[in-house]
Amino acid sequence: MSEPSAIVPEGARGAVARLIDERRAQGSGILVGYLPIGFPDLATSIDAAVALAENGVDVIELGPPYSDPVMDGPVIQAATQQALANGFKLRHTFEAVRGITERCDAPVLVMSYWNPVQQYGVERYAAALEDAGAAGMITPDLIPDEAGDWFEASDRHGLERVFLAAPSSSEARLATVAERSRGFVYAVSTMGITGARADVDAAARGLVGRLRDAGAERACVGIGVSTAEQVREILGYADGAIVGSALVKALADGGVDALGRLAAELAAGKA
Amino acid sequence: MALRDETGPYFGAYGGRWVPESLVAALDELTTVWEHAKTDPAFLDELDELHRSYTGRPSIITEVPRFAEHAGGARIILKREDLNHTGSHKINNVLGQALLTKRIGKRRVIAETGAGQHGVATATAAALFGLECTIYMGEVDTERQALNVARMRLLGAEVVAVTSGSRTLKDAINDAMRDWVTNVEHTNYIFGTVAGPHPFPAMVRDLQKIIGEEAREQVLSLTGRLPDAIAACVGGGSNAMGIFHAFLDDEDVRLLGFEAAGDGIETLRHAATIGKGRPGVLHGARSYLLQDEDGQTVESHSISAGLDYPGVGPEHAWLADLGRAEYRPVTDTAAMEALRLLSRTEGIIPAIESSHALAGALELGRELGPEAIILVNLSGRGDKDMTTAARWFDLIDEGAEQS
Repeated sequence: MSEPSAIVPEGARGAVARLIDERRAQGSGILVGYLPIGFPDLATSIDAAVALAENGVDVIELGPPYSDPVMDGPVIQAATQQALANGFKLRHTFEAVRGITERCDAPVLVMSYWNPVQQYGVERYAAALEDAGAAGMITPDLIPDEAGDWFEASDRHGLERVFLAAPSSSEARLATVAERSRGFVYAVSTMGITGARADVDAAARGLVGRLRDAGAERACVGIGVSTAEQVREILGYADGAIVGSALVKALADGGVDALGRLAAELAAGKA
Repeated sequence: MALRDETGPYFGAYGGRWVPESLVAALDELTTVWEHAKTDPAFLDELDELHRSYTGRPSIITEVPRFAEHAGGARIILKREDLNHTGSHKINNVLGQALLTKRIGKRRVIAETGAGQHGVATATAAALFGLECTIYMGEVDTERQALNVARMRLLGAEVVAVTSGSRTLKDAINDAMRDWVTNVEHTNYIFGTVAGPHPFPAMVRDLQKIIGEEAREQVLSLTGRLPDAIAACVGGGSNAMGIFHAFLDDEDVRLLGFEAAGDGIETLRHAATIGKGRPGVLHGARSYLLQDEDGQTVESHSISAGLDYPGVGPEHAWLADLGRAEYRPVTDTAAMEALRLLSRTEGIIPAIESSHALAGALELGRELGPEAIILVNLSGRGDKDMTTAARWFDLIDEGAEQS
């Protein structure tokens, strides 16, 4: 299976890790906003990501649409299915990253299901991400057990790699996820798929605590987060809050302007 | 190492666990419980008793000489999984996984289904064991297999018509996995085929290998020797692995899997995953996959809902690469002709899925000649397919239709 990765030397922190450390020194954390690439079209999705950054979102999580997104709920499924129907191609991922990083300073993490990466070639994909200016990648259906190629490629290209941790994960698995992640660990707030929820589970707080005990330097909480109040609550114990479906819904219903307004509202939760 | 001793998680370059972290704990638990159960006499006795007094095992073999006249005179022997309770091989796997569900202490089961046979088997086991049951079925399949939807509901299961993606088996699996991620604390996923993340490929294979173990003895005692070739249809591949497994290390026995070629593999409308796909990751395992250049899953097509799947079990991918098993395409037309031929020559109406294996056996018999013995896995019966067959063969008079 996987070989031990090279030890990342001190000072080799990626853009997202540095940003989290800065915010932590100020007693706050980061807001991560997810959007699918190509929804409602490629140009608008780039404008939308820039609007997030201009309205207080610190890190852009950019999702290339995939035919079988098993971690996604109905809102994101509908958006990504539409993007695919409108002709999304894998190369648009790198165009979108470049388009966003040219226009704003927010670090971009690509959130991709694994098969497209594997088909493109893990090394080639990593090289293209680095070239386009991405900070790294979140991998929702790649666990460290299967990630040997990705450890090597991400180290070689200086990319942050964000693995998921779940409330059901054993202590041993949390330790592995913490050790293997660069940037932060994505703490899944609740057992489930993406989509807004009224309450972000108490399980999230417990999971972040367990992740810290397991050696995680940075942990951000996602799944179900949709309000400024939830962002505020999460930043009380974690390093960042991740919002997805709520933003996608705002973009779908009200366009880039409505998206910007929601982002600003959510960002108020950081204060 | 004998091929039969491979237990996963990897089959050569295939298999593994390509899943969200949220499912790993449940997969680890299943693996541990299964590793213990498969050698625990109490578990095996309980499963044997269910096979005997509930399913009706061992299933018989039937030699079909009138059908075989159309196969170059080779001897053709059918393994009659169609005679099992619920009408297909799917019950073998489901009873084992339902017993495991009880052992783990979960109260609800979910399953995906294409043709509806695995859904019916799961709903049946849920009724038998008093478990809550939800079945995910693509909306397209609920239409072409309406009778099985009614059966599942009669058995007390909730049937969810899946409207995402291609609205067939692959999307039913996506939705079942989403349900499992959400409800894993009290829900067990009874996976229907030898695909998916470890331990499913090995576990489902182990629960289906009884087909080949019985058939090997039965053919030996009928003919005094092993068959020359074994034919089975392959969608995900559970009936094929079930009958192949006992013969994996019998080098002189050829193993042939017949994939659904739909309108033909030269068209875009087929489900010939090994024939036309390339390695990739889908539904938790690395295996052959029908996909475009970007790694997006391509929709498959087959007249048979049970074979209409763009993936295939990792053990088949491994056996194909090793050259131990061969995989060939069978078109909708060839399968339907074989369905009619077996019905007319032997009085046995096969499932459309299994008819792909029968069509393959006809071709194989002509290649191997009259000295050959071919064992065919008749994995299911055709009752569920009457609407499709009636339409295909134009069997229902306009005037005779009920209004």
